[in-house]
Amino acid sequence: MKANVWTGRNHLEIQDVPDPRILNARDAIVRVTSTAICGSDLHLVDGYIPTVKKGDVLGHEFMGEVVEVGPGVRNLRAGDRVVVPFPIACGACFACEAELYSLCENSNPNAGMAEKLMGHSPAGIFGYSHMLGGFPGGQAEYVRVPFADVGPIKIEDDLPDEKVLFLSDIFPTGFMGAEMCDIKPGQTIAIWGAGPVGQFAAASAFLLGADRVIVIDRFSYRLRRVQRTGAEVLNYEEVNVLDALRDMTGGRGPDACIDAVGMEAHHPTPVMYAYDRTKQAARLETERPYVLREAIMACRNGGVVSVIGVYGGFVDKFPMGTVMNRSLTIRTGQCHVQRYTGPLLDRIRAGEIDPSFVISHRMPLSEAPRAFELFKNKQDECNKVVLTP
Amino acid sequence: MTDRFARALGWTSLVLGTAQVAAPRAVTRLCGVDDAPGATTVARLVGGRELLHAALLLGTKNPAQWAWTRVAGDTMDLGILGRAAANRTGTRRARALAALGAVAGIAALDAACARRGTAKAKGPLQVRACITINKPREEVYRFWRDLENLPSFMIHLDSVRTLDQRRSHWKAKGPVVKLEWEAEIIDERAGDLIAWRSVPGTGISTAGLVSFTDGPGGRGTVVDVSLEYGAPGRKLAAAVARMFGEHPEQQVRDDLRRFKQVMETGEVVRSEGSPEGHRALRQLRQRPAQPIGGRA
Repeated sequence: MKANVWTGRNHLEIQDVPDPRILNARDAIVRVTSTAICGSDLHLVDGYIPTVKKGDVLGHEFMGEVVEVGPGVRNLRAGDRVVVPFPIACGACFACEAELYSLCENSNPNAGMAEKLMGHSPAGIFGYSHMLGGFPGGQAEYVRVPFADVGPIKIEDDLPDEKVLFLSDIFPTGFMGAEMCDIKPGQTIAIWGAGPVGQFAAASAFLLGADRVIVIDRFSYRLRRVQRTGAEVLNYEEVNVLDALRDMTGGRGPDACIDAVGMEAHHPTPVMYAYDRTKQAARLETERPYVLREAIMACRNGGVVSVIGVYGGFVDKFPMGTVMNRSLTIRTGQCHVQRYTGPLLDRIRAGEIDPSFVISHRMPLSEAPRAFELFKNKQDECNKVVLTP
Repeated sequence: MTDRFARALGWTSLVLGTAQVAAPRAVTRLCGVDDAPGATTVARLVGGRELLHAALLLGTKNPAQWAWTRVAGDTMDLGILGRAAANRTGTRRARALAALGAVAGIAALDAACARRGTAKAKGPLQVRACITINKPREEVYRFWRDLENLPSFMIHLDSVRTLDQRRSHWKAKGPVVKLEWEAEIIDERAGDLIAWRSVPGTGISTAGLVSFTDGPGGRGTVVDVSLEYGAPGRKLAAAVARMFGEHPEQQVRDDLRRFKQVMETGEVVRSEGSPEGHRALRQLRQRPAQPIGGRA
């Protein structure tokens, strides 16, 4: 089968690889009908997430048709149409019972590796480094889905792929980002990053009752897109974000701040950018945490900083003093997707939201490397690419 | 104790090295070699070497073994000072001899420290690991007590055959040699613990204890394993561990992870990068995360 394979830093190739086969009784093989490129894939391609290996198949946002199930899968059969959550979860461990699916204690065969870097291991993730399992990803014609009796959600009506595909990651991720803000009526939420996750976070914040949503980015085409959700926007290359947020919130600051950017942020001041960029290139720190620092500084006293942008390792100059003295709450995590797929599918069915609003490009899987270029370099107003095998 | 000794030597190196680099003339005069051409250069080089010792002894986790670098340095210094004393007379000779004596004394201390730092650990090799399993204690205990289940998660075992209530025959696989031994249960409390040891003279000397307790707040079962490899077994265990490229403790921890998977999900979880499931060696040499190919 054809698959999008990582062949080195900033190098991708469509290669012929073997078809997947059942390895565990609770596996299913899914023929991919739609798959997407995620912003967090860029961290892998850039080489900033450790333990990515040449030959790895990427992709953790995908859906398709079940073609084969292992003897332990009773709720699915060949022909079923499913969306697959990106974290792999067994459904039976302590974490899964607590609905913390991205922390499943059983789904990462390389837990020993993750423990060395992180203390304890999170769940395995499709196509997301060997530290997180060494599972091939979904930018391929077929994927083996472990614990297929737990993760995949069946789509039984005629909703098109484009409306449900993003249940695999970015819609639940944005939603969880907003949910962690514990939004009360009348509140103002600030979101850093107007990419697809930031766009879903903005839409979700309104769904959860926010009064105002302010989104910060530097790409005007992305800011224009997020304005469609009803959000106000700030371009951080044109205004001082901290001053602007203060002015827009009566001097108090936003009630909650969402970091939807993560480890490869930019900074409008070249010297500040160069400082962390140099340290990151020299692997002295793994992150460029401008957004995290700014979100913490901007948040109102006693507010929530919700981090859904991906971080991989260690952060320098972390303003712990302001977190402590101003009683801020930091909430974060890889999305526990399985917790949200059902309720969010209901919202899609009810017409409360049509997730396809984020799509800017539709391309065949064979053009995945070019699609990554467009997405990475923000060419052609690229916002979200859907690939079809 | 040995560590503090080694650190003290490190500080000595730091002081000496700094003096030699900063004031080489004073040092050469003290040793009676200030008449030699290039003496200050040599003193500076030796000072640099001392700073290297200091870095190793003050900056590493197990400093005592690095005292061997000081022993090597002492040998070099003794050679230099010995030649200097032989070629001189009068006060200079007396000074060189005094320095020689001082270095010889320090060399003895260094050697003592280095030997302590690299001495082989005595006594049995002990390993301990624990994990929490989301199943009732009785069920977890029963699965383990049926020793023939053990190879399903201890991947280094080929088979375990129970001979009677207490005795069992174990076969382990290694890439080179096969190991076989007999074990007997020496203590057992249903639902609480199982203790076993190898029967003397059956190839390997090992003993183990696994205990089962209710998890905090009644959440699942805590499984706690202690293993001990005795004198003949210790070498074997180390050899086996080397063959598999795994630390014994990592091995036990991986075994427990697989045990948890078997209990909670029904089988060992596999990925294309780690088709055998948890295994330290595989974590160093991962397959790429792409399908394996072939038929099951």
